[in-house]
Amino acid sequence: MATKLKPVDALTIGVGWTGGIVAAELTKAGYHVVGLERGEYRNTAPDFEVPQVHDELSYAVRLKLVQDAAVETVTFRNDAGQTALPIRYLIGFLPGNGLGGAGVHWNGMTWRFLPWDFETRSRSVARYGAQMLGEDCTSRDWGITYGELEPFYDRFEYQAGIAGKAGNIKGGIRPGGNPFEGPRSREYPNPPMKVSYAGSLYREAAKSLGYHPFIMPSANVTRAYTNPDGASFGACVYCGYCERFGCEMYAKASPQLAVLPVALKTGRYELRTGVNVVKINLSRSRRRAISVTYVDGAGREFEQPADMIFVTAFVFNNVRLLLVSGIGTPYDPATGSGVVGRNYAYQLNTSATYFFADKVFNPFMGAGAMGIVFDDFNGDNFDHSVPGFIGGADIYVNSNTGRPIQYHPVPKGTPGWGLAWKKAVTKWYNRAFNANAQGGVQAYRGNYLDLDPTYRDAYGLPLLRMTFDWGPHELKQSQYMNDIHATLGKALSASSMLLKPVTGHYTTQIYQSTHNTGGAIMGTNPRTSVVNKYLQSWDVPNLFVLGASSFPQNPGYNPIGTVGALAYHTTDAVLKRYVKNPGPMA
Amino acid sequence: MADDIKRSEFVKLVGALGAAAGLASGCAPTTGVSPEASPATPNAARRALDLEPEAYTFFTPPEQALVSAACDRLIPADDASPSASAAGVPFYIDQQLVGAWGNGARFYRQGPWQAGTPEQGYQLALLPKDLYRAAIKSVDAYCAKTYGSSFADLTPAQQDKVLHALERGAVDLGAIPSDTFFSMLLANAIEGYFADPLYGGNRNKAGWKMIGFPGVAAAYTSLIEQYNQPYVVPPVSIADVQQGLVADDMDDMHVAMVHHMHPATRKHAEGR
Repeated sequence: MATKLKPVDALTIGVGWTGGIVAAELTKAGYHVVGLERGEYRNTAPDFEVPQVHDELSYAVRLKLVQDAAVETVTFRNDAGQTALPIRYLIGFLPGNGLGGAGVHWNGMTWRFLPWDFETRSRSVARYGAQMLGEDCTSRDWGITYGELEPFYDRFEYQAGIAGKAGNIKGGIRPGGNPFEGPRSREYPNPPMKVSYAGSLYREAAKSLGYHPFIMPSANVTRAYTNPDGASFGACVYCGYCERFGCEMYAKASPQLAVLPVALKTGRYELRTGVNVVKINLSRSRRRAISVTYVDGAGREFEQPADMIFVTAFVFNNVRLLLVSGIGTPYDPATGSGVVGRNYAYQLNTSATYFFADKVFNPFMGAGAMGIVFDDFNGDNFDHSVPGFIGGADIYVNSNTGRPIQYHPVPKGTPGWGLAWKKAVTKWYNRAFNANAQGGVQAYRGNYLDLDPTYRDAYGLPLLRMTFDWGPHELKQSQYMNDIHATLGKALSASSMLLKPVTGHYTTQIYQSTHNTGGAIMGTNPRTSVVNKYLQSWDVPNLFVLGASSFPQNPGYNPIGTVGALAYHTTDAVLKRYVKNPGPMA
Repeated sequence: MADDIKRSEFVKLVGALGAAAGLASGCAPTTGVSPEASPATPNAARRALDLEPEAYTFFTPPEQALVSAACDRLIPADDASPSASAAGVPFYIDQQLVGAWGNGARFYRQGPWQAGTPEQGYQLALLPKDLYRAAIKSVDAYCAKTYGSSFADLTPAQQDKVLHALERGAVDLGAIPSDTFFSMLLANAIEGYFADPLYGGNRNKAGWKMIGFPGVAAAYTSLIEQYNQPYVVPPVSIADVQQGLVADDMDDMHVAMVHHMHPATRKHAEGR
């Protein structure tokens, strides 16, 4: 029998970026908020201190900061004709666990999506005709525009101390920035990152081909910085231990640095860690969320009532909690009806490695988001009529790691082990760098999330089942980006290059990306979306489902800039409109 | 929230970082770690058990012989760096198998069990330690049948032939696809060669020296834009920093570092 707790104004299920933003904004406005986090409490000191945190085996290989698959994983199949099996070791994507979520172990590449990204279907149809998407493609417009989100992108960037150079301020194109980006209201809060040798060569090569390279925007903060709410950051020292690690320098923006101190300072925020939410409880009418049930480390059940409930876990748990709580109609791929679980999408990485016999790069010097990037082949910045796919990729060199267990590139044709392999590793470790095209992934009728009929987590709840494979847009895109990598390799005068276009089926067995998206998507129609543009549940108006689960498909960028902007857009609407008149906002 | 940092630890590291960074500007490496002077660094669990370093706790002697021989074909000695076994890799694997990973940490272990597609990944009910034990037995049986000898006693060329066959999935290891065992062994060997020495491999930082990886003390703000210049320093391990084996007399660099710090940390670092 669950112990019933005193009601609070709001609670968040999960305390990462979105839970932290909700906590900061609502507590500042005078509301009492409880944050429920399944993982442990952790903070820069003492948890991410050097030298212990610079341990590649423990953090990057054994995945110390990542969700524990022994407790909970997802099941996977490429198509509905297969039996989904549990991903027994997490490899391909790495959701976080613990305070701050994946906002602790991320790299910090922080983007705004292009205006086109929010209007994918209508603009593709207008430019290329309806047949361009294909029958099974369910990509669509988001129901929100770049212009509506701009103030909230700005808000997130200033809160997180993002380093970069504006390419477009109020319509004026600025040198040094991304000329393709949507207009922004002002410059980034911090100057851009330094440029590595690899990046400098790549920048020249891209320029020589007529592309428009610029320094990647980064949450690796470039100078001591205090955000508008008074939370302070240190400066990145380019230590090369970023993704999969916590930051000892207070320099990689995280919920712990940027928003949680703000919430805690109000005295109206209570953080409970080590508690796993197992259900969202609805009123008899099923139009109101009254509480959540959670289990602590001793197996004790608690019921925490709240006026507003924010589902702020990773994509998988957002969707799973809706399904196990019976909120919204589950999506049925056979009929295309239902909403929860539809439009699951991902990220498509097409990579290349360039080798240079006569140059050294010191790959261990770097930062999570220390890149030179060009956007000439992202969104609809180029003519797609010949290649025949929609969307694109940001193409970049990111100098983020030389950690040797996972980084020891060897040229094409090198054996995988033995003396020749070892000599090649010795020779090329310092004489190579990687480039990547981080591609968008379209939504398709057959790619979706639902509850697995067989496998369960440590709490006895069904695991989430993922059904996913690359579609025609992705496979064509990868070939296209591969050709661009080859062109760059020639412009770089590389001694040799290793090209890795994506072909065949999507696999969970190599790390690709933790940019899993969709399943609780936003839209303008309750019959085809789970939440409105305020990320408010159509069915249960005091329930908000935040994060990348709301993306109808996934653009060719990292998601957190948009996840953060959408969270501020939600809290702004909640505080300005919802609390005065609780009910549907759209 | 940031105020409770352990200052003394941080200041010590800042010194270490300064030392490492100072070497980079082309000066002779007069500070930093003397690799030869580094003591053996048994892991905490072993210390707690009062075990001598390098006492194998998982592998039986025949298993140890096979793993050592196989690792030395995967990562052989050459004039630039020692073999896997000379760098402690078999011992590293032994320790991994007896520890959390070998016993199924972060491994979803609920049934039903059934074979999957390559895209679905590992679907064996075996823990890593069980997989090693069973696979090693079968590999030695295969070698006895094929060559009349255990794997460790084969010629290097024969050993390579067996490893290639394992890699292709061409050896019958009962329930275990031989490529699954091969991939695990190769991944573990690479881990052991390049992981921090605290785990028992990468002895004397041989793997790091082979490629010029500087290890854990890392602050490159003033160096990262010095293009195309080799950065050659004695690598620094976690234990080196913890045990104070990294000199911290690079005051100029220390001061420079302080200016990159979080204000709360800076206040205390400046007062050291």
